[in-house]
Amino acid sequence: MELVNLALKAIFVENILLAFFLGMCSFLAVSKQIKTAIGLGFAVIFVLGITVPLNWVVHEFLLKAGSLSWVSPQMETVDLSFLNYIAFIAVIAAMVQLVEMVIEKTSTALYTSLGIYLPLITVNCAILGGSLFMVERSYNFGESVVFGLSSGVGWALAIVALASIREKIRYSQVPPALRGLGITMLLTGLMSIGFMSFSGIQL
Amino acid sequence: MADAVAAVPQQQVKEREPLFSQKNRQVLRDPLSDNNPITIQVLGICSALAVTTQVKPSLVMGIAVVFVVLFSNLIISIIRKIIPNNVRIIVQMTVVASLVVVVDQVLKAYAFDVSRQLSVFVALIITNCIIMGRLEAFAMVNKPWPSVLDAFGNGFGYALVLLVIGFFRELLGSGSVFGLQVIPQGLYDAGYVDNGLMVLAPGAFILMGLLIWAQRKMSGYAEE
Repeated sequence: MELVNLALKAIFVENILLAFFLGMCSFLAVSKQIKTAIGLGFAVIFVLGITVPLNWVVHEFLLKAGSLSWVSPQMETVDLSFLNYIAFIAVIAAMVQLVEMVIEKTSTALYTSLGIYLPLITVNCAILGGSLFMVERSYNFGESVVFGLSSGVGWALAIVALASIREKIRYSQVPPALRGLGITMLLTGLMSIGFMSFSGIQL
Repeated sequence: MADAVAAVPQQQVKEREPLFSQKNRQVLRDPLSDNNPITIQVLGICSALAVTTQVKPSLVMGIAVVFVVLFSNLIISIIRKIIPNNVRIIVQMTVVASLVVVVDQVLKAYAFDVSRQLSVFVALIITNCIIMGRLEAFAMVNKPWPSVLDAFGNGFGYALVLLVIGFFRELLGSGSVFGLQVIPQGLYDAGYVDNGLMVLAPGAFILMGLLIWAQRKMSGYAEE
């Protein structure tokens, strides 16, 4: 039950994009068409679902204060948590690279639909942000799996919603200076107000 | 003969921007308004929205980004010829991540409150698209000195937008600037209320949209 609650919170109440502004760059750049938005959305769910638990393992068994005690008892005082950022980004970059290769070998259909988005994802702040939130809120392994997946779902939901709005307004008469980025920001603001109405929901 | 030799680098420079000194000035000035990283290039939006609830964190964030973009541009530009092309992203990431660790440790040591307030967003400078964008587009193909100027220009262009948004969000959302109350108490007594929406996420998005509108109206830039 608690995990369901966590998932709902990550998808709706504290949507990683609409409440924490993570992953804005690709959100704005790839939301012109629904089809590409869905592709990138699934890629983000996939990568977040893998990297958050993986980074949990790295943090828990290698970097956290006292986490190296399984090597030898003398290393109990070692605290490598200042290496968190470098380790996380390396894990993400390597994971994305690996996932891309595996998909390319195993499923051509999936590769043609997801493959081109994967390199973009390394520098998507939502991915790194997911891992950092996981450390900050000290989730356990199960929670970090659920948190990673549902943050991804929340992000995908937001980008697909925005892409459909942008497809609708393609022929609207927007003032020239507001076209593109400006109107997209205003739309995102309105969407974010909509998502705020979920706050307070608890199971 | 000497003329011919001198003309060669000039020619290479010419392809990107006009004359040398003028070009450098342009590299520095352009990102401040006409080619602003946030409002025109659409880079680095995440942190621009997340940290701007008040002026103080915006200022600290601006300084942090200027520092990181400056040194990463310089370092990458110096070693640009020895970076193998297919692992360049990882090399860039490592350089940027190391610089961000430095910034993070300094903030934790000397400005703990602000560091708490910025929380994960200091670490997220690593994936700030401005930095990666400048490294890819400029530092990989330019000499160190123009790269430093370019970093300065983009860093300050970014910081400028952050300060403007931070100013309005703090003024409208909490009635203060830099933590000092500027809306007089008399106004509150007369029924004035702070706009709480400005401190929340939607306020940031909408204010950003309006700022982009105003900035593009002034510079005459339009998409499509």
